[in-house]
Amino acid sequence: MKKIAMASLNALFARIAADKKLYLPIEKAGKVDFYEWSEGENVRLDALKTVKSAKDVFFPQVENLLKFRVEGKSIEINQAPLCEDDFVIFGVRGCDAKSFEILDRVFLVDPRDEFYASRRAHGIVVTLACGEPEESCFCTNFGVNPANPGGDVTAWIVGEEMYLQANTEKGEKLIAELDEADAKAAQDEQARITEIVGKLPLNNLNLEGFDGEHLMEKFNDPKWEGLSRACLGCGTCTFVCPTCQCYDIRDFDNGKSVTRYRCWDSCMYSDFTLMAAENSRHTQLQRYRQRFMHKLVYFPANNEGVYSCVGCGRCVEKCPQGLNIVRVIKALGVNEK
Amino acid sequence: MTNNLIPMLGVVTDIRIDTPDIKTFRVEKIGGGKCFEHQPGQCAMLSIPGVGEAMFSITSSPTLKEYQEFSIKKCGCLTSWLHLMDVGQQITIRGPYGHPFPVDTELKGKDLLFIAGGVGLAPLHSVINYCLAKRENYGKIDVVYGSRSKDDLLDLHEIQTEWMKPENNLSVHLTIDRAQEGWDGHVAFVPTYVKELGFDPNKTVLVCGPPIMIKFVLQALEELGFKRNQIYTTMELRMKCGIGKCGRCNIGDKYVCKDGPVFRFDQLGELPNEY
Repeated sequence: MKKIAMASLNALFARIAADKKLYLPIEKAGKVDFYEWSEGENVRLDALKTVKSAKDVFFPQVENLLKFRVEGKSIEINQAPLCEDDFVIFGVRGCDAKSFEILDRVFLVDPRDEFYASRRAHGIVVTLACGEPEESCFCTNFGVNPANPGGDVTAWIVGEEMYLQANTEKGEKLIAELDEADAKAAQDEQARITEIVGKLPLNNLNLEGFDGEHLMEKFNDPKWEGLSRACLGCGTCTFVCPTCQCYDIRDFDNGKSVTRYRCWDSCMYSDFTLMAAENSRHTQLQRYRQRFMHKLVYFPANNEGVYSCVGCGRCVEKCPQGLNIVRVIKALGVNEK
Repeated sequence: MTNNLIPMLGVVTDIRIDTPDIKTFRVEKIGGGKCFEHQPGQCAMLSIPGVGEAMFSITSSPTLKEYQEFSIKKCGCLTSWLHLMDVGQQITIRGPYGHPFPVDTELKGKDLLFIAGGVGLAPLHSVINYCLAKRENYGKIDVVYGSRSKDDLLDLHEIQTEWMKPENNLSVHLTIDRAQEGWDGHVAFVPTYVKELGFDPNKTVLVCGPPIMIKFVLQALEELGFKRNQIYTTMELRMKCGIGKCGRCNIGDKYVCKDGPVFRFDQLGELPNEY
């Protein structure tokens, strides 16, 4: 166990940033998101939930895949570079850290996504325990431990100190220069967090029956109609979600060259499945159902029961209509409440 | 290290006008030769930079050694652009994607019945030519093919001059939707014709066409006593990545690009009806 005074964190950030890109929760225009750190940024380690999740650093909202140069009938293809330098993402909460494992199940399985894989190989994740979890949090339902969230390094803020525990070799190197500390303070903090989490209102969701075995039963549940009626199809839930992985590939033609880029997309949008001849999911009910069926049924069916949700609660907070995955779980789950 | 999202270059070396809205493009790699090997029923992503990228079934048989062909109907943005191409145009191509028809396993030794509507012949074309190249591996082969009109019948020349050769021992049953001057063949929708022809229900069926045709063909076949586990089809949904990650071509927990596009109907029956 290592420790550093909170007042000295800036010096630690400066030291890391001297030879690596460093991403931190930083406030800009009143909103906190993960941005690349530089001296003078308003670091907000106290912010529990960044607006967008931390997945951006591994699976950016927009990234270039390749460039074409077109001359007459000829085409030249230049692939965008893969990530080659180590970087650090600091202050990742347990839910977002867990989402990386879920995204790994999508992007690192054969055929592998090389762009994502190169970033995963070079990213060093420093997680931060959730000293003050909120009512909208329900991560424990999905195997997240907000008291000890893992990653390459786990950090706890206790009073004016930050305690750091390296979990991997990469993590050890990163914090090697910090002072040794007694583990007691961090252990007490873990116990304190575990107690708070136990009292959270959404702590005990019943996920029984959400699996591949009950696929058609869940799909055909008549409750989808009522659940989806108020959905605006705005896609906010997908853009704040740490596990949403759907993407679009588009071309931008500037007149001289064409850039093919990938960007996040949303299964909530009507053109997501639109083809020239038809649309396989043409109602909002179908699209709404698709999103939750994917997270709670299709994904676990293909991934040994692992759900594509980490209980971060962003959709609970951000949906303008108050629709969210918790409502779906409660409505379609085995009733016992 | 190959990057799955980065295409290779191909060049269009021949363009055949098949029908008023279908053209067949021959694609080779720069300098000649096939871009990659494929199996019957597999697909490839074709793209024109700045226009878009989309999945197309590979129409030619893998037994063709020099090039690959794609029969493409003009119906959207990218396909309209493809139809404007001249010979010599470079395009990008990546693949092959998806599971092929089980030509060397489950279909081997079987009597085969191919049923196609319109441009739905394109993916089956690859299988039919594969079967003809390895004719001894299969029993009796029937092809039922229908289109809106005689002018919309794809590959008619090849059907009449190649497939119908007596040594191929292949029966072709053509039909068009409405009677037309200059057509003395059958007139009926494909599902009706299938029922009229009344096939022996121990054949293995491969069907492709518009969804509505497939639906009624399935009904007709079941009336004739066919079981769903004897009937294969190939699906098409919107795709971006081709490798089961972009999230749009799923039917339930299956991705058409990766787990399909070839499905057996008993497998589809266990999945949501979103296709």
